[in-house]
Amino acid sequence: MNIFATPDLLLALPEVVLLAATCFILLLDACLSDARRQVSYLLSLLTLLVTAVFTAALPDGSHIGFSGLFVVDGVAKLLKLVTCGAVAAVFLYSKDYLIQRGLLKGEYFVLVLFATLGIFVMASARSLLTLYMGIELLALSQYTLVAFDRDSPVAAESAMKYFVLGAIASGLLLYGISILYGVSGTFDLAQLTLQFHSGAAHQVGLLFGLAFLLAGIAFKFGAVPFHMWVPDVYEGAPTSVTMFLSAAPKLAYFALAFRVLAEGLGGALDAWQPMLILLVVLSLAVGNVVAVAQTNLKRMLAYSTISNVGFILLGFLAGTPFGYRAALFYTISYVLMAMGSFAMIILLARRGFEADRIDDFKGLAHRSPWFAWMMLFLMMSTAGVPPFVGFFAKLYVVQAVLDIGLTWLAVVAVLFSVIGAFYYLRVIKVMFFDAPSESALLVASPAFKFLLSANALAALVLGVLNSNLAETIAKALP
Amino acid sequence: MIGLPHFLVLAGILFSIAVAGIFLNRKNVIVLLMCIELMLLAVNFNFVAFSRWLGDVNGQVFVFFILTVAAAESAIGLAILVVLFREGRSINVDSLNRMQG
Repeated sequence: MNIFATPDLLLALPEVVLLAATCFILLLDACLSDARRQVSYLLSLLTLLVTAVFTAALPDGSHIGFSGLFVVDGVAKLLKLVTCGAVAAVFLYSKDYLIQRGLLKGEYFVLVLFATLGIFVMASARSLLTLYMGIELLALSQYTLVAFDRDSPVAAESAMKYFVLGAIASGLLLYGISILYGVSGTFDLAQLTLQFHSGAAHQVGLLFGLAFLLAGIAFKFGAVPFHMWVPDVYEGAPTSVTMFLSAAPKLAYFALAFRVLAEGLGGALDAWQPMLILLVVLSLAVGNVVAVAQTNLKRMLAYSTISNVGFILLGFLAGTPFGYRAALFYTISYVLMAMGSFAMIILLARRGFEADRIDDFKGLAHRSPWFAWMMLFLMMSTAGVPPFVGFFAKLYVVQAVLDIGLTWLAVVAVLFSVIGAFYYLRVIKVMFFDAPSESALLVASPAFKFLLSANALAALVLGVLNSNLAETIAKALP
Repeated sequence: MIGLPHFLVLAGILFSIAVAGIFLNRKNVIVLLMCIELMLLAVNFNFVAFSRWLGDVNGQVFVFFILTVAAAESAIGLAILVVLFREGRSINVDSLNRMQG
């Protein structure tokens, strides 16, 4: 192998374009006056569009570049396209929110775009080194984004908590990687697979490294018992940042779990399946039960995230291609629903009023019947009521677990999702049957209202057309 | 003769000290940042020891990446610390308790 050969840059064209454009926006924004900050906003949207076009134009099939460090395949392409869409929606949703609070700064766009680049790198990683670089690029941007509102005392506190716990997660992940490197002598995920199929690797060392690696992954996902940061970060960060954190990075963590567990260590399924079962049962239990006691909607959605992460990992632990597809289906539908829920909070919020308590939704049906119905769609979908997409997502992961004969686990998952339905229904009850505590009209730009409606209706449409989404995923992840 | 196990044990001890430091420390956020740094350095120890033992240079390349990321990480950590101090006039770990539940 000639290490001085020119790497196949065309495979990484979307990343190259994204990086160049982000650096350009960073430089340009430094020269812009506050009145013309919109230019950065429009350029960021344009960047995402161009990146998505270049991603879609990548060749089909699996292509490996950069001496085996980088791969472009169906999953990577799908994850990147969904990421572009989700991030663009975050920008569209958050513009007015940021303007109202005097937070419309170039840093916001640049940091989110750098985080997007991190997600892209993770989606295409074929080596533990690439994966680590992607994780850190994403994580460092996220810490900064949480502390982005410099005048909010809770934001600084939650950023500090996120930073410390996130750094521990990176440390655990790295320790796991170092042990795996010791027993296998490689960072290459494909070679790791070969090692474990041939049984050449040291078994105890493998288990030891795997435990650390899995703890790191669980930390990133926010699965119990590594979930302490999730509620505080969701509550403390500005809502537009929370929206970003809850959506797009989940796709990256899906890529992380998929590349490491399914592709790299698929041969060690017997070793990581029991650990995942433990994480899943705990996440479902803690997420759903604690969410019932919350009065803050952002905290409630944080615990809802924890239980949804349990469901995503439920698909993983099946260890079958159907299970991975179910997990991807769940992740994509969760991204859609989480974005919609946080957009509802932004819709109700205005300057000096965050609308993040469940009580703030009182009597929404009297103030705006249309958006009360949209919120109803989103909550029903997250709770898993047919015919919304959330129902089919849950159906597929439970089916994946049933296929491998873990009936008790499927029963546990269904039981906890029934408990979970309670707190989603409470939001609906508050909206439709309580008297409004205020009568202010909802002010939002037509674009925002249109996007939010489309987002909530997509939960219904994708539910009806769930076989199309499942087919797209099956094509990407054969 | 000092061999691979000695290096691994040393790295393990350093890593444990770092984790214990993060969870036991109730005083100062700067100590937390030091513990995080120690944690990453313990991992570097592992990588270098394995790299030498396996006769494979990739492990040492990884170390350079970790060192670079660690520098960026502490820069961001200190920046958050400055914001935190400006808001609360304190960098005590115990004062990080505005949000509960």
